[in-house]
Amino acid sequence: MSKVFVEVIAKFTKDGGKVPLKIKWQDGRTFDIDKVTDVRRAASLKAGGQGMRYRCRINGKETYLWLEEDKWFVNSRG
Amino acid sequence: MNRVILHSDLNNFYASVECLYNPEIRDRPVAVCGSQSTRHGIVLAKNNLAKKFGVKAGDAIWEARSKCPGLVVVRPNYMLYLRFSMLARKIYENYTNLIEAFGIDENWLDVTESTKLFGSGENIADMLRERIRTELGVTASVGVSFNKVFAKLGSDMKKPDATTVISEENYREKVWKLPVGDMIYVGPSTRRKLTNIGIQTIGELAGAPPKFLERHFGQWGRTLWIFANGYDESPVTKLDFQPGIKGIGNSLTTPHDLRTNEDVKILTYVLADSVAERLRRHQLRGRTVQIYIRSSDLSFIERQGQLSQYTCTSSDIAEKALEIFSRSWDWSKTIRTLGIRVTGVVMRDDCAQVSLFDDNRRLRREQLESSIDSIRTRFGHYSVQRGLLIDSRGLNANPVEENVIHPVSFFK
Repeated sequence: MSKVFVEVIAKFTKDGGKVPLKIKWQDGRTFDIDKVTDVRRAASLKAGGQGMRYRCRINGKETYLWLEEDKWFVNSRG
Repeated sequence: MNRVILHSDLNNFYASVECLYNPEIRDRPVAVCGSQSTRHGIVLAKNNLAKKFGVKAGDAIWEARSKCPGLVVVRPNYMLYLRFSMLARKIYENYTNLIEAFGIDENWLDVTESTKLFGSGENIADMLRERIRTELGVTASVGVSFNKVFAKLGSDMKKPDATTVISEENYREKVWKLPVGDMIYVGPSTRRKLTNIGIQTIGELAGAPPKFLERHFGQWGRTLWIFANGYDESPVTKLDFQPGIKGIGNSLTTPHDLRTNEDVKILTYVLADSVAERLRRHQLRGRTVQIYIRSSDLSFIERQGQLSQYTCTSSDIAEKALEIFSRSWDWSKTIRTLGIRVTGVVMRDDCAQVSLFDDNRRLRREQLESSIDSIRTRFGHYSVQRGLLIDSRGLNANPVEENVIHPVSFFK
């Protein structure tokens, strides 16, 4: 597992929240995030990091996306 | 009603954060050490694997490596540790507003009132540990007791990630058998003196007549007796209580000893720049300049002088410091560490006495230095440099970021 920073398109809500909408994978492919099912502060022991963790549903699959200060990262198997 | 005090201690804090961020070193012995090349090469923190080899905080790097040949040595990242310290504090704030920091990785919490909402002190301690583990990825040991001294002892008793309760019922069995040196404020020197009068354990200290202790230690003897008996009533300082800043200072131990006035001049400007920048950041001005000189044989002197005006500019501070230096140092020894501190501070906007003959130069200098602050914030500390420092890379440094000091005090 490694920590990979990714590009994200996000919505900034009126009350100051951030909702990720699209995520651009390392290989250039872009995916729509269908739904964010959970948001909480959490550490990522696998990738090595800490921040707000978004559980995202993409094409029916769940994946975690972290916002660490002002950068987004994912756990990558690569 | 008895108070319920927690003491939360983030285990092997610097090393734990480094291990979180570098999964590849997690299963190896790790020590966070200052820079060897700039002679800060001592162990600041170690993980449990390194501890097993006998690596201790304060060891020189070579010493630690000889105890533990496969030791992974990493440089400290204070900004990251400060972020984690603040995040831990945010978790504590969910349970009480009475939080008192003791260094970067320890806090006391008075949760007496919160027990009505969240259950017993032990319950709250367990919740804190769980949240610190999942939300921050590091662990904490928490002591629960009816006073600050025993709560701190508790957090030391079981590590890592454990809760220890020291209650009115069990403190005699749990605390009194411990060596007296485990108690806060019993350092090596006090411990030696206590041993000399036949006191080895906290229980023996608690049982000694206070008058006898006073004879040996003065007022301090009674304080120690109070601590040992669990009578300590010192409060956990309120969250919104910010102790007033009395002064701002920085010191640097240089890569090689300072031998000439020119060396001292260069370092003085580096330190004065940093002190002035921090004064401006806190909206302060100061009037007294102190210098601290530690020579190569580790003896030191401190001298001070007054400025005619309150200032927050590095040129005023540096000129005064150099003036004090020139009359205080005869160069019979070389210098290992130099420090500058500005005290007698007031808020920048307070009505400070102004000079009758004050011209615009002072104001312009302040504006110039504030502009430099903005440039450095945007482009990094080394983007703007004094000409004086260009040829002196060895002495040049950024004390504001590289020299974060965490003052701690028990008595508020």
